[in-house]
Amino acid sequence: MKIAVCVKEVPDAAAARRIDPQTKRLDRSGDGVLNEFDTHALEEALRVKEGSGEGEVVVLCLAPERAMNSLRKALAMGADRAVLVADDAAAGSDLVATAKILAKAIERESPDLILVGQQGGDSDGAVLWGSLAERLRLPLVSQAASLELSDGKARSKRQTEFGYDVLEAQLPCVVAVSDAINEPRYPSLKGIMGAKKKPQEMLSLADLGVDVAEAGEAGSRTEVLALTDPPARGDTQRIEDEGGDSAEKIVAYLAEQKLV
Amino acid sequence: MPGTLVFVEDHEGEATKGSLGVLGKAASLDGEAAAVLCGSGIASIADSLGAHGASTVYVADDAALESPLPQPRVDVLAKLVQEQGFDAVFFASSVLSADVAAGLSARLDAGLNWDLTDVELQEGRLVGKRPALQDSVVVDVGWTEGPALALFRTGSFEPGEGGAGNAAVETIDVPLEDFSTKTAMVERAHEEKSGPSIEDADVIVAGGRGLGEPERFSLLEDLAKALGGAVAATRAVVDAGWYPYATQVGQTGRTVSPKLYLACGISGAIQHKVGMQSAGTIVAINKDPNAPIFEYSDLAVVGDLNEIVPKLTELVRQRRQS
Ligand SMILES: Cc1cc2nc3c(=O)[nH]c(=O)nc-3n(C[C@H](O)[C@H](O)[C@H](O)COP(=O)(O)OP(=O)(O)OC[C@H]3O[C@@H](n4cnc5c(N)ncnc54)[C@H](O)[C@@H]3O)c2cc1C
Ligand SMILES: Nc1ncnc2c1ncn2[C@@H]1O[C@H](COP(=O)(O)O)[C@@H](O)[C@H]1O
Repeated sequence: MKIAVCVKEVPDAAAARRIDPQTKRLDRSGDGVLNEFDTHALEEALRVKEGSGEGEVVVLCLAPERAMNSLRKALAMGADRAVLVADDAAAGSDLVATAKILAKAIERESPDLILVGQQGGDSDGAVLWGSLAERLRLPLVSQAASLELSDGKARSKRQTEFGYDVLEAQLPCVVAVSDAINEPRYPSLKGIMGAKKKPQEMLSLADLGVDVAEAGEAGSRTEVLALTDPPARGDTQRIEDEGGDSAEKIVAYLAEQKLV
Repeated sequence: MPGTLVFVEDHEGEATKGSLGVLGKAASLDGEAAAVLCGSGIASIADSLGAHGASTVYVADDAALESPLPQPRVDVLAKLVQEQGFDAVFFASSVLSADVAAGLSARLDAGLNWDLTDVELQEGRLVGKRPALQDSVVVDVGWTEGPALALFRTGSFEPGEGGAGNAAVETIDVPLEDFSTKTAMVERAHEEKSGPSIEDADVIVAGGRGLGEPERFSLLEDLAKALGGAVAATRAVVDAGWYPYATQVGQTGRTVSPKLYLACGISGAIQHKVGMQSAGTIVAINKDPNAPIFEYSDLAVVGDLNEIVPKLTELVRQRRQS
């Protein structure tokens, strides 16, 4: 079984994130990290592979060149191979352009299963998979809180606004996993050492046969027009706790608000 | 007759509240608002949509649309949009609608803007309002060409009765792609009516993955008892089976507005925020000083809930007794 996992690089959430007022794009000049949510998709792929005792796990990413650093973390966790689509012409790609490019990268691999994470920590989109499945002409399951593979089918429990459904899709299919599906492993020291030697491929749009007019801003159908400040909200009072000493301050605060 | 098409989602024989709110918004813009309903045995809902602003209701009624799955709905909407040439297609955010919107975006090469809280016409052009980066900035977003697809954040518009009352109802075809029928729903959600009700509680103590293990919910139950409140949870812990779905707050759970919401070990994702942002006072305990939830808390406590919560419970108990 060959499994493709789409992983995104996102700006480190611990650093202050901003939208560049000039380009009106997310400022990606700081450190990038592997999107936390996607480590759950990768963990699930590794479990499927380990469970069946055979197979290959390939991570796919569309991002600037230096994102290979983040992909190395995926390799250290256990992915067999990394494919990074890096091309200046892809900068500023919206959903339409991103899905088009990633679908091409996935088609090139002909995987039996495509896993994606729950959401980009930066975009909060939770939409890409719907576009990917459509472009790949494959069945889709989203928000999967569990995944079982048998008889050429993927079976998942998933939550909607009304409770839990159980869905079954024929393989090959696209499955977007919830961040509760598993607890991702930490890379072992051996994994980290071994990652450097694993195949790491860098592709351009031309390598995928994607016309530059279909990528980046040229290939996008949405645009950012202006940035404004949100309406101000009340001030946040902050307390740094030390060994539980904040409990009294919390009670005093609640008493002041007449909440206890 | 271009205008806006609204995807109206149904559940147990009724249009969802979110869809009706979005339909009302679409009707308030220039041009006509039409609605599309996809399902099996849903024709009776169509008649009620005129009162919410629909001038035409397109009905795709077919056994293949019985289960709320996105891909057959993409097939229906794609054909309808191509034939009628709508300028825009609006969706109220939901698990189903997001997947339909994203699929339609790919099928039609149409731009999709998501998580919008509002939309307006600026010099005849549609402009969406999108709070981004944990709502720290509001981005005005546009579409470079039509049709403009928009997904609205949960709770953006309340349903109103603004329409003329009567909509023309038209039955439409259900063309299906081969891949659209390869996902099946083998069990369908039915709301668990049992379990505690959190909607009426004045005080809610909510827990997330930061609790570390399901057993530690007892810390929150003790505190909730002392405060006279109820316990709620995030999707991360509900999905993991730590606490019942009936207690989940957020986009796919309940919407609550207690006087006090005390969040313990919760990061504060937007999907959680939409379910509790109207609480009177928000207090958050989180060991990560950068946790997004602090951005919208009245009192932000940076620390370990395991140390703080038991002491807090004790102090509240003492106060009650004295
Ligand atoms: C379509 C969709 C719908 C969704 N619907 C919902 C919904 O209805 N409700 C919902 O809640 N989520 C929903 N989500 C999921 C949401 O995006 C987040 O993944 C989820 O809310 C995270 O839950 P959490 O805060 O418990 O976990 P995490 O994000 O993992 O946060 C845990 C927090 O605990 C803190 N912590 C850890 N240890 C301690 C300690 N000892 N003391 C104090 N703090 C500690 C950490 O710093 C961290 O901030 C939805 C997502 C999608 C894509
Ligand atoms: N540029 C990208 N490269 C690879 N995978 C991506 C990219 N963008 C999004 N994804 C995948 O799609 C999921 C949803 O992303 P989003 O729709 O942007 O919130 C992520 O969790 C990733 O698995």
